[in-house]
Amino acid sequence: MSEVTITVNDVAYTRKVEGRTLLVEFLREGIGLTGTHVGCDTSQCGACTVRLDGHAVKSCSVLAHQADGHNVVTIEGISSRDGNLHPMQEMFKEHHGLQCGFCTPGMIMSAIDLVEKHPEGLDGYVVREGLEGNICRCTGYQGIVQAVLAAWKKMYLGSETD
Amino acid sequence: MKYSIGQPVRRVEDKRFITGRGKYVDDLRFPGQAYGAVLFSPHAHANILSVDVSAAMASQGVLLVLTGADVVAQNIGGLPPLFMPEDAGGPPGYRTSRPILCSNKVRHVGDRVAFVVADTAAQARDAAELIEVEYETLDAVISVEDAVREGAPNIWPACPDNVSVRLRFGDDIATEAVIAQAPRVVTLRLENNRLSPNPMEPRCAIGIYEPADENYILYTTSQNPHGARHMISQSVLRIPEAKLRAIAPDVGGGFGMKTDPYPEDALVLWAARLCGRPVKYLASRSDSFLGDTHGRDQVVTGELAFDDTGRMLGIRARAIHAVGAYVASAAMAPPNFSLTLIPNVYDVQTVDLTTQVVFTNTAPLGVYRGAGRPEATYLIERLVDKAAAQLGLDPAEFRRRNLIDPSQLPYRTATHYIYDSGRFEELMDDCLARADWAGFAERKIQSSQRGRWRGRAITYYIEQAGIFNDRMELRFDPTGNVTIVAGTHSHGQGHATVFTQLVSEWLGLPFEKVNFLQGDTATVPFGRGTYAARSSMIGGSALRVAAEQVIEKCKPMAAFLLGDEEADISFMEGVFSILGTNRSIGIANVVSAFYAPAGIPDKFGVGLGAVGSWSAQLPNFPNGCHICEIEIDRETAVPTIDRYFVVDDTGRALNPMICEGQILGGLAQGIGQALLENIVYDPDTGQLITGSFTDYCMPRADDLPDFQLSFHDVPSPSNPLGVKGVGESGAIAAPPTIINAILDALREVGVEHIDMPATPARIWAAVQNAQAA
Repeated sequence: MSEVTITVNDVAYTRKVEGRTLLVEFLREGIGLTGTHVGCDTSQCGACTVRLDGHAVKSCSVLAHQADGHNVVTIEGISSRDGNLHPMQEMFKEHHGLQCGFCTPGMIMSAIDLVEKHPEGLDGYVVREGLEGNICRCTGYQGIVQAVLAAWKKMYLGSETD
Repeated sequence: MKYSIGQPVRRVEDKRFITGRGKYVDDLRFPGQAYGAVLFSPHAHANILSVDVSAAMASQGVLLVLTGADVVAQNIGGLPPLFMPEDAGGPPGYRTSRPILCSNKVRHVGDRVAFVVADTAAQARDAAELIEVEYETLDAVISVEDAVREGAPNIWPACPDNVSVRLRFGDDIATEAVIAQAPRVVTLRLENNRLSPNPMEPRCAIGIYEPADENYILYTTSQNPHGARHMISQSVLRIPEAKLRAIAPDVGGGFGMKTDPYPEDALVLWAARLCGRPVKYLASRSDSFLGDTHGRDQVVTGELAFDDTGRMLGIRARAIHAVGAYVASAAMAPPNFSLTLIPNVYDVQTVDLTTQVVFTNTAPLGVYRGAGRPEATYLIERLVDKAAAQLGLDPAEFRRRNLIDPSQLPYRTATHYIYDSGRFEELMDDCLARADWAGFAERKIQSSQRGRWRGRAITYYIEQAGIFNDRMELRFDPTGNVTIVAGTHSHGQGHATVFTQLVSEWLGLPFEKVNFLQGDTATVPFGRGTYAARSSMIGGSALRVAAEQVIEKCKPMAAFLLGDEEADISFMEGVFSILGTNRSIGIANVVSAFYAPAGIPDKFGVGLGAVGSWSAQLPNFPNGCHICEIEIDRETAVPTIDRYFVVDDTGRALNPMICEGQILGGLAQGIGQALLENIVYDPDTGQLITGSFTDYCMPRADDLPDFQLSFHDVPSPSNPLGVKGVGESGAIAAPPTIINAILDALREVGVEHIDMPATPARIWAAVQNAQAA
């Protein structure tokens, strides 16, 4: 066991972890941020997606030690300080992009990363390919795609309607 | 009105999910919590000769190791099936009791052998690997066809032929006569591939024991916490039901897999009592593939007799349906529905439909979205397309010539259903127009120019929705807020929103004054949970009964408050009025009066609430039409869904956005079955080959197209809301639509049959074989 210090949602946390402790375990068990979920054990489902130093990663495939000294943003950290929802969160609700909610935090984190990496624009095809690493069993993805396309507009144009 | 019934009201439950503040079972932590790990059988069929837990007991952090010997010594019971056909007047069958830990024999890879409890989850898993079990392996039987062969390994000695029960509908003699004399007959042997429901949240259970009162508390990922309380208290722990509280908080999807308890639900409770600490078990995804109830796994040979005009004359089906190593959960439901819905919406009365429900050395099967209705629909729609192709008749036209006409309703099927409502031809025409059925030929040419085969298919489906009865309660507080206390269980279906729309409109209450409570046996007196597309009809109608009772209770109070206890009171949009006058009072004020400490006549009592119930005595029949067009790349054999149109009769869409979400989710699962998903056991050793998402192909966003959905609702007379269920239709109708479209595309190269999943490899092989022939 040794100590790591990871900044999560702008707060630095120091905890003792084993060498094998995963970042997702640090988040869920170590600091009690249970919004990030575990849906598989082969790095396939994406429910554990968070942002590490500005990029989306699967936190089940990052060791806590690898994140030592680095910056993590989780689903709990993307609303604004005064509680306003991120446009992606708003659009997931508006376009029925969730049902049971279990894949949703990871899906939202991946989707934000996708939108941020495509300032030139997005279409349904690029969204579907871009979210290929996040499995949803409930929605059939159609509401999610619509939510992401609407969120792109809100994030770059200020409004989701044309 | 923005929040009224029929509006696409955005969901009230979303806020916690989109901000990561859902409370799923694994998110909960209790002081002193210990962790459990399960040791699963590595063999499909074996005698347990000895179990040595000494190394595990000595391992770091271990508190307790339980084995089958402990189950026997402490008189812990097993899990029965939820029901057998004989419980509903059907034929007798062999009923199993599933031990929560095996003592002398294991019957499938994944059967539970031991349970380790330790300070951390990792310590528990490490220790489980140190348990030494000596097995004597036995021959295993894996496929349903092998299970009924002469000399097949026997799984339950008291059931020598491995057949738990035989189900039959129809008239074999009459059907044989029709088939023998029919101008035309088509035959098909079809496989309905085994699937794993795989909701994204794996199963999790936390057991807590309070020694002072001998009370147990179970947190469980269940679609039906009251059912879990009943089965575990009565059959496993053998304690009074009132001593067990079961809570299913936020649950991350179920699809039928989470309807009934698992060994782990009982193990955590028992272990908590023995070690004096809360015990949590979280299934890994690998544990889930091994240990969840699976779906489907049926083989059927079907025959459709018809005449030269395309009129269907009779249907015969001989099916074998797996139940797995034990009869678990509602596993007897799919074999039943797999036969009763074969006649579909077609006017055909001569049928002979049988299935043998068999044990195999595989994980127990349960109900998985559709629960037998996909099996039935797949058979009849595949037969219909084969018949249409033989006649050279457009598959839509073939169906048109056989559809039940509205003038024939109510229509009694040969399988004892009474279809109460529907406009099947009108709905089919709606779908044909939307899908531009007539324009296919042109699109086929364009696909060909791009190096692709193109095929299309149409499916009509009907299904029976709603099962059992249920209880819904309305409970007010002194300031006029009402709480819906629901016996149903929402785990993605948006009940908090839809039921609020109903109550808000019926009682004229602002949307924000309606609250929602579910999922805890301590606060919800009774319920049966959610599955089988039951909640809109049964939950909604029970709520309606409760709401009407509220209004009736309020009228005399309104009269009293308006100063005329004899007055006739009417109620509209939240206001009680004396008929023929302008004297009125709002519901909030009437409600408050029930909580006044003095000044109100004693006859009104204290407080206001009502309980309603409803049953599935009259089920409803959702139905609809799917049309799709598929392209297949000539080089790679990869199929791509190019267009997919769906028209559904949901009776009355209470919230069209939520209805569409249900249909879309079902479509994804149905397409997953048709193209991607398959649980595979080694046919000899019974090893699970597809044990993770690496080998079991889940539908992802880029596997699916945009779907075009619309409603063609015909209210159901079976319930006061007019609703028909909506949760299962996508999974029921998509498989034959996809497979028939693929066969339509490949007809020109001579492919006549393909089984699910129609992966690129299978498509490619089918083309090669046809071209070589």
